[in-house]
Order: sequence, then C-alpha cells, then structure tokens
Amino acid sequence: MTTLIEAPPTDGEGLLPIKKKTSGGGLGRYILIRFFLIFPTILILVTMVFFLMRTTGDPITAALGGRLPPEQLQERITAAGYDRPIFVQYFEYLAQLITGNFGTTLSDNRPVAEMLATYGAATLELTINALLVALVVGIPLGLIAAHRRDKGPDAGLRVFAILCYATPVFFSGLLFKLTFSVWLGWLPVAGRATPANELALTALESPTGIYWLDAIRSANMAALADVIAHSILPALALGLLTAGIFLRLVRTNVIGTLGKDYVEAGRSRGVSEYRLVTKHAYKPALIPIITVMGLQIAVLLGGAVLTETTFEWKGLGFQLATYLTARDFVAVQGIVVLLAVIVAVTNFFVDILAALIDPRVRY
Amino acid sequence: MSTTAVIEPVKDPRGPWFRRLPVISHFNKSVGLQRGMLVAGLVLTAVFLLTAMFAPLIAPFGFSQISDAEGNFPSQQPPGGQHLWGTTVGSYDVFSRVVWGAQTAVLVIIVAVVMSIFIGVILGLVSGYIGGGLDRTLVVIADAIYAFPPLLVAIVMAIAISGGRSSLWGGILAAAISITVVFIPQYFRVIRAETIRLKAEPFVESAKVVGASNIRIMRLHVFKNATRTLPLIFTLNASEAILTLAGLGFLGFGIEPTSAAEWGFDLNKALADTTSGIWWTGVFPGLAIVLTVLGLTLVGESINDLNDPRLRGRKKAVSGKGGPDSSTGAQAALEAEVRSS
Repeated sequence: MTTLIEAPPTDGEGLLPIKKKTSGGGLGRYILIRFFLIFPTILILVTMVFFLMRTTGDPITAALGGRLPPEQLQERITAAGYDRPIFVQYFEYLAQLITGNFGTTLSDNRPVAEMLATYGAATLELTINALLVALVVGIPLGLIAAHRRDKGPDAGLRVFAILCYATPVFFSGLLFKLTFSVWLGWLPVAGRATPANELALTALESPTGIYWLDAIRSANMAALADVIAHSILPALALGLLTAGIFLRLVRTNVIGTLGKDYVEAGRSRGVSEYRLVTKHAYKPALIPIITVMGLQIAVLLGGAVLTETTFEWKGLGFQLATYLTARDFVAVQGIVVLLAVIVAVTNFFVDILAALIDPRVRY
Repeated sequence: MSTTAVIEPVKDPRGPWFRRLPVISHFNKSVGLQRGMLVAGLVLTAVFLLTAMFAPLIAPFGFSQISDAEGNFPSQQPPGGQHLWGTTVGSYDVFSRVVWGAQTAVLVIIVAVVMSIFIGVILGLVSGYIGGGLDRTLVVIADAIYAFPPLLVAIVMAIAISGGRSSLWGGILAAAISITVVFIPQYFRVIRAETIRLKAEPFVESAKVVGASNIRIMRLHVFKNATRTLPLIFTLNASEAILTLAGLGFLGFGIEPTSAAEWGFDLNKALADTTSGIWWTGVFPGLAIVLTVLGLTLVGESINDLNDPRLRGRKKAVSGKGGPDSSTGAQAALEAEVRSS
C-alpha cells in the first residue's frame, strides 16, 4: 500500500494535480485523493472474487449438487437467477452490495450480512488481542536487539523473529494447546468462553460481541476471568506471528536513529545508554511502526482464519473454514468481500495517519 | 545498492565463474554471524531438497500406505519400533508422510515461483517500459491484490481452479497457481521499479539512438539489469509458498491424502488428536514446515544483508507488506529500492 501513498504524485492518478508548494491545503487534498482510491481497490477485489468464484459454476450446484434431483436443482438455480448472463448477475451483485445486501447463505439459509455482524466481533476481539501481544512482545525485544546489536542477544532475537515468521499459526497453536491445555492443564483447549458464560454474555442487552468488553460492562468478573483464560492462547499464537515483524522493525529503525548525530550528542552529554535507547532513539523510530501496524491488519486477518480454526474461535475465519467445507460459496464470497472492505478502509486510515505524522508523505 | 551492483564486475578481478554464482559469492563475502546464518540456512535448505529428491528411498512406506506384508498398521501408535514417528488415526506412517510431504512442497514451490517470476517479470518489464495508462491500470490492480491477505486470495483461486479438491498434479497445480497470483504483484513491483530506473540510464538511451527495437532493449538491456534482486525474492517467496500451501492444506484445500502427502493437511488432522495428548501426528509435520521455512528465510535474509551492508544501518521508514510473510528486513530493502527509483 505504500505505493498508494506515493501514487498520486508519481503516477499522477489523473485525479488532481498536486502543487508542490501548498502547505495548508495539501493534507485535505491528499485525504480526498486517498479516500477516492479506496473504491477502485474494493471494486477490483470484488470483481476478481466474483468472477473467480463463478468459474467453477453456479453456487447452488456447488453446494447442493448431487444431493438434490436435477429438476429441483434447476428450479432453485432459476429461482435464484443464476441462469442469467453472468454480467447481469455481476451488476446486480454490485448493486446489492452497495445497499449492504450480501445475499443469503446456502447451507444454513441466513442473511450473509447478519452472519458477518455476528461473527465479525469475535474476529475483531481476536485481532485486538493479538495486536496487543505483538506490541508487548515485539517492541521491548526490538529495543534490546538494537541496543545489543550484533552481539549474542541480537543474534538470538533475530533467529526468534525468523522463527515467529516461520511457524504457521496453526502449528504454534497446536503446540500451545498441547503444552498449556493438555499437559499442564492451565488453560482451556478451545472456544471463546465456557458455554454458561457465553450464554450470559450473549444474553446481555445490546451486546458488543466482544466478550471481555461485555463482561466488564456487566461487571461479571468470573466471566471476565474465563474469557481472558480462553483468549490467551489464540492471542499468543496469532500475536507472535506479528511480534517478529515488530521486533525487526523496531530493531532496524532504532539502529538507524542510534546512528544519528543527536544521539551522539546526547551520549557526549552523559545521557545514559538506557535513556538513549528508550527515549532518544525509540520515539522517532515509532513512526514507521504505526504505518506497519495498519498493514499488519491484513496479515492478522489472514492469520485469524487459521487461528480461529485451530482454537474453534467462532469468528469470521472459523465460519469461512466451515462454509468452505460446506462449499457454500455465497457465504465465502460475503466474508471475503467484507475482509476486502476492512483491509481497504484500514489502509486508508493508516495512510492518513502516516500523512498526519510525517508531512513528507504527502508529497 | 544499484551502484554497487553495476560497478562490482569492473572492480572484481573476475574470479572463476563458479565463484560469482549468487549463493557462492555471498558466502565468500560473509563473515562471522552472517556466515553462520547463511550456512545454517543452506544446510536446512539442502536437507529439505535432498529429502524431497530421495523421498522414495528414505521413506520406509508409501504416503498412503496403511498396511504391509505383516498386516494393517496400528492406529495412533506412539513413535518407536517399526513406525519411527508413530502412526496417525488413519494408520498412516507419520515419518513417511513427512518425507513425502517435502516432495510435494518442492514441486509446488518450483511451479509457483517459476510461474510468478515469468509472469511478474514480463508484466513488470512491459508496464515499466511502456508506462502510460497500461502501467497505471496494472499498478492499481497489483496494489489491490498485494494489500489483501494472501491466504484469502489463494483460497479464492483454489476454488476457481479445482473447486477445492483434487488429485496430485491437479492439487499441486491448483496450489501453485493460487500462490502464483499472490506473488505476481511482488515481482511486478520490483521489476517495474527497476525498469523505470533503468529506462533513464544512458546505455538504454544509446541503444535507442543506434536503433535497437523496444523488444531488444527490454530483453537485453533492461531485463538483465533488472533481475539482480530475483535470487533474494526467490528464496523469500519459496518460504512464503510453503506457508501458503500449508495454510491451504490446513483449511482442507490441499491435496487429498491418498494422492500425495501434504504437511498442512496432516496438521489439520492432528488437531483433533491433541486433546487426547497425541503429539506425534502434529509435531513432526509442523517441525518440517518450520525448519524448511527457517532455512529458506535464513538464506534469503543473508543474501539481502550481504547484497547491501549499508542498508542495515541506514534503513528507515520501513514499511511492511500485506502478506503473512514477515520478511520485513528484506522487504524493506526492496521497498527502499522501489522508493529510491
């Protein structure tokens, strides 16, 4: 997405000319251009997904073929309009999407939009937890690695970072489950909460769907403890995947800033090494981390699909895997499109944030 | 980075050709910790490749074999005895499946990476060289795909290609093509950026002046210079390909267990075993993935560091990327290149 930041000036998207000299109006214009760039991104992905999913045939045959007699199958295909020309269907689908209608799932016959709303919260919760883990693990370790550059700890941490990346979430999840749930018996094996608590939390008035938030709101401490116990392993598995990225990012950036003159000046004034690393070098190095944090949303969402399946965490990813097995491609398409929208919108906000922090980005 | 690469051959007393091969020249340039990492990576990669090559000799049983002359294999037997790493619930020999899995992984990587290099390089060259509307369109499309979780792109592709389930070659092709679509934007970006930079170089201009055709300029003058980062992307993408393949397999989009062994699929099946404390069905294929990816990444990382030692100190404003690959360091190098051009 970084090229998108630079796209308007270099590739001259043809939308608006950018004047080099504007200082005040630049940001507003940049935000506008960047905002309009969301739509082609989403449109391209939706188009790609729509046509690719149709290359294997219509969704009804895929989901129910072989289970229904041919006449009934044909009847349902006609009723759903899948026998019309593909472009008619495509534009109809686009029109439906704009009104927020994602269609109806074939396997359990519920509106896709409703399904997305129900399970989206669970995925959001997992993603937030994982992001927390990634930051808490990644940033301090990155500082240590930068401070002890090319020494033993640095080498160890670099290998750790590569290991974080090299381990698929479902394998680290499996190892965590084996160790902490099965052998040590410390943490629950799977799920988001024990059934009783889950019932209590979903029965709340206007639940957010994010369990720990709901537990705090209803002052249900037992449920909160239970939810946290269930969250630890999935958050660790998914968070470590990203922690390695943050570690390396902090490391390279802090090494970069540590070489700057002002750090040297601080050192000559007698500022302690600890303070140099944590204050002088760290803060300027934070800017790229914010950018990458947004970009990691895509990674986390992809990883969430696998993590949720591993821990039976009933979110979008878990549902995606279930619908894939059921060959319910209407539901799959709905989930993929929603994720595309989320990624595109997140990237928009990240780019805006980056432009706010660092004015050079705008030009 | 660019200047070093251009100047290098001139400075070099041009040793024997084999010393100038990508990995060997890197090895000679390396010292200390860097050399250690490179060697560790090369060893792991070599073990992986040899296992894949000699799978029929190493594996005591076939990947879908559930019985031999002495009768049916036991189910969920702990490691030891006849079955070195135990057996699965379906009575498959874990060791054999892990060994055969290496073969599947190599096949998928080769097909996927070769296809994506081929398509990505051509698109990047043409797009960068010609520019204009075609270039803008391709960039927007590539960016859209690039920002999206690769696993989801791969899932959609797998549905499109095989409807989700397939035989050995069908499965390998489906997985490889799915992965290809994920990778094309990366090659495209790098090569396009290089091409745009090279287009302005005097030697391209001279070629134009003497009347060389566009095709010839692209093929001879631009292509050869634009591809020097390819070994690096290759190793990084090979590891990403393994992870994507395993992810697809884990979601049940891999290759049927009777047509080939696939680590991700085995891990999916092993998930149900964990609650009863059966560890060997999951730990071994999982370790195989981790070690293979680790090896390839170490090689890629080392090549990246050795290509440009300056980057290590100067890198700033790094940006990651939208894939589950986290090779930020190397990616930063590429990105830095994209920016500088």
